[in-house]
Amino acid sequence: MSHTPLVKTTALSKRYPGVLALDAVDLDLVAGEVHVLFGENGAGKSTLISMLAGSNTPTSGEIHLRGQKMAFKSVADAQKHGIFTVFQEFSLIPTLTVAQNIFLGKEPKRGPFIDHRAMRAEAAAMFAELEFDIDPNALTASLSRAQQQMVEIAKAFHGDLSVLILDEPTASLTDREVDHLFKFIDRLKADGVGIIYISHRMQEFARIADRITVLRDGARIGTVNMADTDDAALVEMMTGRNISEIYPKIARQTGEVVMQVKDLRAPRLHPASFDIKAGEVLGVAGLVGSGKSRLFRTIMDLYPRQSGSVTFRGHDISRSPTREIIQAGVYYLSPDRKHEGLDLAKSSNENLGLNPVMARTNERLRGFVNWSAIRTATDHTADKVELPQSYRPKLVSQLSGGNQQKVLFGKAFGQDIDLYIFDEPTVGVDMGTRAALYLLIKELAEAGKAVVLISSDLPEVLNMAHRTLVFAHGRISAELSGDDMSEDRILKHFFDETGATT
Amino acid sequence: MSSQTGTSEGPNIIKRLFIKVGVLPFFLGIALVVFTFLSDKFLTGQNLLNVARQSVYLVLVSMGQMLVLISGGFDLSVGTAIALTSVVSATGMVAMASVFPDAIWLAIILGAFMGFAAALMIGLVNGVGVAYFEVSPFIMTLGVSSVGAGLALFLTGGVPVSGLPFAFGDTFGFGRLWGIPVPVIVALICIIIMWVFMSRTRLGTQVYAVGGNIKAAHLSAINTKRTLMLAYIICALIASLTGLLLTARVESGEANLGGTIALESIAACVIAGVSLRGGIGRVENVVLGAFFIVLVQNGMNLAQVSSYMQMVLLGLLLILAVIFDQLRYRMILSGN
Repeated sequence: MSHTPLVKTTALSKRYPGVLALDAVDLDLVAGEVHVLFGENGAGKSTLISMLAGSNTPTSGEIHLRGQKMAFKSVADAQKHGIFTVFQEFSLIPTLTVAQNIFLGKEPKRGPFIDHRAMRAEAAAMFAELEFDIDPNALTASLSRAQQQMVEIAKAFHGDLSVLILDEPTASLTDREVDHLFKFIDRLKADGVGIIYISHRMQEFARIADRITVLRDGARIGTVNMADTDDAALVEMMTGRNISEIYPKIARQTGEVVMQVKDLRAPRLHPASFDIKAGEVLGVAGLVGSGKSRLFRTIMDLYPRQSGSVTFRGHDISRSPTREIIQAGVYYLSPDRKHEGLDLAKSSNENLGLNPVMARTNERLRGFVNWSAIRTATDHTADKVELPQSYRPKLVSQLSGGNQQKVLFGKAFGQDIDLYIFDEPTVGVDMGTRAALYLLIKELAEAGKAVVLISSDLPEVLNMAHRTLVFAHGRISAELSGDDMSEDRILKHFFDETGATT
Repeated sequence: MSSQTGTSEGPNIIKRLFIKVGVLPFFLGIALVVFTFLSDKFLTGQNLLNVARQSVYLVLVSMGQMLVLISGGFDLSVGTAIALTSVVSATGMVAMASVFPDAIWLAIILGAFMGFAAALMIGLVNGVGVAYFEVSPFIMTLGVSSVGAGLALFLTGGVPVSGLPFAFGDTFGFGRLWGIPVPVIVALICIIIMWVFMSRTRLGTQVYAVGGNIKAAHLSAINTKRTLMLAYIICALIASLTGLLLTARVESGEANLGGTIALESIAACVIAGVSLRGGIGRVENVVLGAFFIVLVQNGMNLAQVSSYMQMVLLGLLLILAVIFDQLRYRMILSGN
């Protein structure tokens, strides 16, 4: 539109003790465009937006807003200049209503008292305009994560919006909600708002992005027009290596059926039936909220089961508690390493040791732990997942996300397991660590174990799995293998409403 | 990186020691200096031996408390377990002694088991409430504490139960074996068993795992509910044992025994580096922590601090310890 960009950074740098988090990054955002920031974790995306949002100050370099040099003192200061940011961590208070949250700190008043009626009316009007289907009187805690995201956006929206920064807004949205959000973004674009959009989901870029800036190790690798690029080129820019170096080829030697699921019924899921075979990587694809994770958590008795049968190596485990299912030889890797996977205040060695202790291998005396044998086992595991020696006695909380994930992965070893269920095993992990974890999956599958790979990352499923179950709306919408397993086919079934059974 | 000079070396060592073992070494050092300065009788062999003997009861209860704290909860009903054990076992012994006047040890043993059974009920109720109904440990044990204290008073009408078999007090209250007071021997045996339990058995490892992250423990094939139950039951049983030793010491069954011990045992644990968030804590440190509390009480007695003022100071000490625990946890998680 105009020649002066809305926002322009020149040689923007941020140095923390010992690390250069952002290295002389130039970025410009013009009015009415969606500018995607793309890069691995730790590439500097969050650092960059935190400075634009006013929650962080640059070490050197400049930020210009409409040609004027800016130095934001706080998030509120940036907001005063029209820059609003929706962070991944929500700033909503769960015990207040939606309307109260939106007007928090700027409540309409009548005399000294809060005018609740005006507040509700204004919030309702705002939602009507944004076409969000949310009740302003609802308690925030009762909303879904997606709805909370909408409220968060609405919070940014009331005010003089000229730049909107969205940090992984679709990470927890269902497809319909994503559609909604994108429609909304289109409207903002038309109004001349500049949007900075952070996401890992490449399939979204084609739908909304105008330009993409790729960051790696704090430096800007390049800025490209969406029209001139493709996924492979972006991944190569992001990682500095070719896609084929990341995903290993896994030989397929399908063996006997290890687990058979028949008509499994559970709340919010349609009856599901499928087999899992030894020596095979079974991919499970679908959007967040499609039920792909829920189904396997139901099998593990982490969610309530209603009826149907689950047979594992000839034994019915559909009524067994989680403990017995694990002891029978099924391992479930949680997608939430902080809350469900690891004991953060303990060392890597202690975390790795827990499963061998519970597996009762190496017990010389019943009920007593043979710590030296456990230690040998954990050393072996740590070698296997390539956890550096110096990290092993360290507390897990002090490790980087990638190394934490290695520890979590390591917990899968050191016990007798025939079926591994990996639920989002590479979430929040950089490409280097990913490649290492993929090799471990390859090793397991080729050793004749059954592997289930649940992932929201489509390239991961496409490149790793031999066979793929696609989930949509709580049901298995397709089972694909071989040449049928293409990106187009899988994506088509993501939005499948009919639910053709397999 | 410029801070790697000689002057910051000292603070760094202090910080690392603080992260590793907590606030106890610092408190112990300060207490020794202050009380030695206030009273010349404090730092004598005789007095320290005295402290060791007096600390037996708190050491025992603190080990039980530690188990529950490590499991991620806490137990406010330890004092009630002591009181209930005291009146039930005393009543039982007196009654049994009249039934079996010729077999006095049989009466003592039967009475003791009645006391243990009463405490077992307390532990069981706490455990079921916390593990199966997911009641907050604070409310659960506070409620049970009231129920137990009420029952103890109701059973005795508020009057101490007297007329205990002479052999009971003579052996467990004032007896000596190889020149060592019997309560001290009992405590030593318990310390060894607890140490082995916490650091060498699978069940002990489970308690640490459940307290550290209960969901992760669940996904490691641990029966989390049973583990929690176990922690509360063992805690109540250890308190019960303490109740028997105290009953033997005062030679009567009293409903007001153990009145302040819940607070003192939590203070001992927290000072000894047991995390209030669960998952962290060591038996040997807790023993030292309990010893420290008794040492401070002894020092305050020698320095003629009034008992009312002692309550004030003990409460402040607990709050201070919790503040330091908070700081330490933050340091651990931030990775500095």
